[in-house]
Amino acid sequence: MSDHALAATPPRLHVERWNPLSAAFTGALVVTVGVLAFAPELFSQGTLDNLIQLYFLVMLAIMWNALAGYGGLVSVGQQAFIGIGAYAVVYLSVQHSLNPYLAMLLAALIGGAISIPIAAIVLWLRGGAFAIGMWVVAEVVAILVSLDASLGGGTGTSAVLAFNLRYTPEQRLRNTYWFALAAAAALLVVLFLLLRSRLGASLQAIRDDEEAAASVGVRVLLGKGVLFVLAGAGCAAAGAVIVAWQLSILPLGPDSIFGINWSADMIFMVLVGGLGTFEGPIIGAVILYLLDTYLSSRMGIWYLVMLGGVAIGVALFFPRGIWGTIQERLSVRLLPVGYRLRERSGG
Amino acid sequence: MSWVDAVVHGILLGGVYALLATGLSLMFGVMRIINLAHGSLALVGAYMTFLVVEHAGGSTYVAMLPVLAGALVVGYALQRTVLERSLRGGELVPLLTTFGLLIVIANLLQKFFSPDVRGLASGGIGTANWSVGGGLTIAWFDVLVLVIAVGVLTGLHLLLRRTQLGRELRATAADADTAELLGVNSRAVYARATAIAVATAALAGVFFAMRSNFDPTTGPTQLIYAFEAVVIGGVGSLWGTLVGGIVLGVAQTVGAQIDVQYFALAGHVVFLAVLTCRAMLQAGGLRVLGRLAA
Amino acid sequence: MSAPPLLSIQGIDARHGLLQAVRKVSLDVGEGETVALVGANGAGKTTLLRTIAGAHRPYGGRILFEGRDITHMPAYRRTRMGIALVPEGRRLFPQLTVEENLLVAGAARRSGSWGVDEVLDAFPLLRPLRGKRAASLSGGEQQATAIGRALMTNPRLLLLDEMSLGLAPVAVEGLYRSLTMLIESGTTILLVEQDLSRALGVASRVVCMLEGRLVLQGAAGELSREQVTDAYFGLRAAS
Repeated sequence: MSDHALAATPPRLHVERWNPLSAAFTGALVVTVGVLAFAPELFSQGTLDNLIQLYFLVMLAIMWNALAGYGGLVSVGQQAFIGIGAYAVVYLSVQHSLNPYLAMLLAALIGGAISIPIAAIVLWLRGGAFAIGMWVVAEVVAILVSLDASLGGGTGTSAVLAFNLRYTPEQRLRNTYWFALAAAAALLVVLFLLLRSRLGASLQAIRDDEEAAASVGVRVLLGKGVLFVLAGAGCAAAGAVIVAWQLSILPLGPDSIFGINWSADMIFMVLVGGLGTFEGPIIGAVILYLLDTYLSSRMGIWYLVMLGGVAIGVALFFPRGIWGTIQERLSVRLLPVGYRLRERSGG
Repeated sequence: MSWVDAVVHGILLGGVYALLATGLSLMFGVMRIINLAHGSLALVGAYMTFLVVEHAGGSTYVAMLPVLAGALVVGYALQRTVLERSLRGGELVPLLTTFGLLIVIANLLQKFFSPDVRGLASGGIGTANWSVGGGLTIAWFDVLVLVIAVGVLTGLHLLLRRTQLGRELRATAADADTAELLGVNSRAVYARATAIAVATAALAGVFFAMRSNFDPTTGPTQLIYAFEAVVIGGVGSLWGTLVGGIVLGVAQTVGAQIDVQYFALAGHVVFLAVLTCRAMLQAGGLRVLGRLAA
Repeated sequence: MSAPPLLSIQGIDARHGLLQAVRKVSLDVGEGETVALVGANGAGKTTLLRTIAGAHRPYGGRILFEGRDITHMPAYRRTRMGIALVPEGRRLFPQLTVEENLLVAGAARRSGSWGVDEVLDAFPLLRPLRGKRAASLSGGEQQATAIGRALMTNPRLLLLDEMSLGLAPVAVEGLYRSLTMLIESGTTILLVEQDLSRALGVASRVVCMLEGRLVLQGAAGELSREQVTDAYFGLRAAS
């Protein structure tokens, strides 16, 4: 019997991207987003406020994971784009009287646009040099903003005027909620499509072995560049949501919109959730959000110490994070960003 | 302040940066680890010295001795526990763990020492000045720091070139597996390197604290300057760190001369410019430039 | 067999990546012996040598040295016990000088007759190169330095991996002259060698590996050339 098998024609293979589990999960995700869109009708103001926080954390986590998990680029300076996004909103809506939500959309695009010249400077760098290079970029942007009197200088600025002239606080909350939900969902969709595209496959190759990938023609810089611009736009969008949510922003000091704690948050979320997985950052964002909401006030300064300690522990002992470990143990993929080779049944 | 003044003070400031950057450069040269917590560790050195002075009295220079000894131990332990494991995880993990360490240290310092700004007494030499003439006045203390920086670098140079530990360090840095085959305990060697690095960081932190004021948030800023000094001078070169520190110091003071608020910005701009040019050249930029020019 | 063997390998299994490189290999090396380990490329010789030296971890079997179980001992401790490996490709420290390369071996903390001067006596071609960077040496000079470096650890067991690989015949001649002196002075040697005739010329015992297994063993004088080459190519099962 086995001899016959050897003589037979080779099996016909086809590439399978969806399986029943991933189809079900994706469907459930779409339904969830649909339901969440009705949240303003269903939940209180306080809940909406909390959900907006969750959404921008999700956005930040996804973007940092896109850079580090898929591109191998550990950036400790994405706060540059968060601040750029926030300040762009203020600039466009307060000084140029644009509708703030239109300004928020434009802010994301501005973040993406500014990321291109920055990419030209930093994308040549690898590893730690890239990390600190990005941090310096963030410092430079923060300083430049703080020197600009028209943007409020060192004392910061606020988007209050832009919103309060047009919307009641309740309306601001609802509209910001929808924008945040839409932005988070949009980033997820874009990233999903990106990973399923040819670029996604080449990113996997880059992640595994950059030099080998380059030697078979993968455009390494292009791949990284696309991720960098996406992260720039995404972080700027998050920054836009943040300023719509908290209204006033500062360029310097411990609460600065350009502060290093944003990077700390991003690293924590992605490490705990699962670096390099699609679902991980979302889980990490939820966890950070819950910790922030329930532990932060109780623990005071120890809270940040705990976060740092957990990040170290996870990096050392659970490098795959929660979702990465689950994925490895159960061979489960909920969102179909991978491939499966299957034999075609029948003749 | 005249331009000459600015440059001279920039050179002296470079001494501080070089001293701080030395440990960073050493750890990168030997282990390829960029210790993002380096500035924070320097700050811990300053705070510990402050504690010793507060409880035991005496001059800062004496108080720093037990702190330096402690720093050696801390560095050794840090390598054997956190960093050794981080290295096994790949290139990215040390960045993540040292960043976590930065956050932990910064917040612990804030918890145990208030956000108040402090300083360390620099003794008689701290206020002594040297009038060089032509309106130029140099603080002897700044000269002392520069001398110490050169001294530490010389000491390290001799250690690396002339001692068995130095040879083992260089061998392990080049090829740890082969060094092990010759009887070198690479883990112990790495730990000694980190011990030295953290001790120099503590030393730099104490002198920095004597020169200017500090508070719990000073660590990250100093890390950035130290890193900039290392990169400008050429990563992996010990003496390059001195050059880098001086270039950075001069850039900053000259920038401040133009406008006080440009102090840090000037340094950052020079750093990014050096980084860009070097990276472009490495990536075959000459070809790129040729194509751009065509 | 009177004295226990200096080195005793018992049923070692080792992987190289996903491939099984060494399959249940057992081998004894007595003090003062010179054992030549021959076999085609990929037979597992280098993996076996590296496993003995501690650069590679086996997943089955035991290694005894001087009667002690060293199977899980890290490489540097094995060197301090007296096992020295001259790795394939020499692997000198490129930016260190010849002398510095030799001195690194001080880490082995073993006393003995080998010092820098003795190494330079054994390999006179290195004398003028004492202060030269290892990266600038020729292949033969590098190989001499690598062997000298291992000797500086005052080993009881010297492992040589493909010493003559990529070297000009003249250089190989010189190396084998020095090797003969080492053998005469009583050093126990286990060498991997592609050049069969040289191996047979210098060894007291020959061991042949094929696809990870030991397929032939015997005193050099007793085995014929044909027996060895047959085993080398797997043409006939060993008896």
